[in-house]
Amino acid sequence: MTQGAIALVDYGAGNLRSVENALREVGADVVVTRDPDVVRRAGRIVVPGQGSMPACADAMRASGVADALVEALGRGARMLGICVGLQVLFEKGEEAGGARGLGIIPGTVARLPPGVKLPNIGWSPVRAVGSRHPLFAPLDGQYVYFAHSFAAPADAEGVELLAEHGRPYCAALARGDLFAVQFHPEKSQKVGLSLLDRFVRL
Amino acid sequence: MPAKRIIPCLDVKGGRVVKGVKFLNLRDAGDPVEAASRYDAQGADEVTYLDIAATLENRGTLLDLVSRTAARVFAPLTVGGGVRSEADFVALLRAGADKVSVNSSAVADPELVDRLSAIAGAQALVVAVDVKRRAGTRPTEWEVHVAGGSRPTGREGIAWVREVARRGAGEILLTSMDRDGTRAGYDLELLERVCGEVEVPVIASGGVGSLEHLAEGLRFADAALAASIFHDGQHTVGEAKAFLAARGIEVRPCP
Repeated sequence: MTQGAIALVDYGAGNLRSVENALREVGADVVVTRDPDVVRRAGRIVVPGQGSMPACADAMRASGVADALVEALGRGARMLGICVGLQVLFEKGEEAGGARGLGIIPGTVARLPPGVKLPNIGWSPVRAVGSRHPLFAPLDGQYVYFAHSFAAPADAEGVELLAEHGRPYCAALARGDLFAVQFHPEKSQKVGLSLLDRFVRL
Repeated sequence: MPAKRIIPCLDVKGGRVVKGVKFLNLRDAGDPVEAASRYDAQGADEVTYLDIAATLENRGTLLDLVSRTAARVFAPLTVGGGVRSEADFVALLRAGADKVSVNSSAVADPELVDRLSAIAGAQALVVAVDVKRRAGTRPTEWEVHVAGGSRPTGREGIAWVREVARRGAGEILLTSMDRDGTRAGYDLELLERVCGEVEVPVIASGGVGSLEHLAEGLRFADAALAASIFHDGQHTVGEAKAFLAARGIEVRPCP
């Protein structure tokens, strides 16, 4: 069984409902919240994200959720960021003329190169690299669903899965109890649900 | 490059599937959630609902349908039909749609594309474009039609696709009205032209009658939308993918 409720952070991201449905499907107890105090005290936190990284980073700072997240991580909470929820962890984003992220992971989230279809929408295989964390290692060679135009560098700190679209990029990372994925596990059928299942049972 | 996608499309009206879906062992062929779950289990890469009789009175029914589907189907869901405003768009996303498609309302107000794209990013916005060939034009021209293909708009199709891509469409759902319902195959000349013009992914629609037609369309398009070959029980999504893989086309293996 899962230990305590998962705080699913609501800061206006569009796909909140899909993430909530998928977490419930794997048996998680979910609390949807926009209250920084709830985030600060949570043992497990999921940060969804859709749309633009600058808008999401600004919304998280304005609501106080950004500070609460950093505090919770410092206390040893486990966090999973999804899509823009991965991108906001970085220092900078190129989107919309440049944006400041939360700066938890060094590096810049950059636009995928010209010459490929953008946005990158669809299912791509991922390759396991790095520490082969048990959360991500079972995804080696599996197809997962992506919907994005910007991506973190392939050599990002803690990179665990790589995907490729015009260039290799970071599809998942793990650093201590902080985890994040560029793809959408909540929309990646069984492969994605099993990842969420492992996260809620970590 | 991501794998080429296979997208079964369900026409819905008043919360029910309009054309019958003849799966074996389906308890209720008229329930879109049942049909979508079955396609999900077969390995469909996405599912699309098009509400063909979207009216204001029916909005609640559609939102309820989307919400029930999103609770059971863990693959991307695109919903279109009758989206006229930012409020309609956001309501569908909040109910659990991953992508929302617009058509007539974008033709009536092209700036709507810019505004919707800014709400949740281009990847959440599909612009559906329905075109018919203009007889006797060389090179071929296509004209944009709205209201389910019944009303010509005077707009030239290729230029319109370029415009909506520039305004922030994340994908183009391109339907050939000449081929729709004929089972004669996609309009390949149209697909080749459009896919050469825009950077955004293109979903081919209209005319699929066989697995060979899917393979032809995916030479150009990023995804193939099909209705009757799946609904009639003629083929499963799994059979379609096995056929495409044997032709050397990259598809996501079925679960």
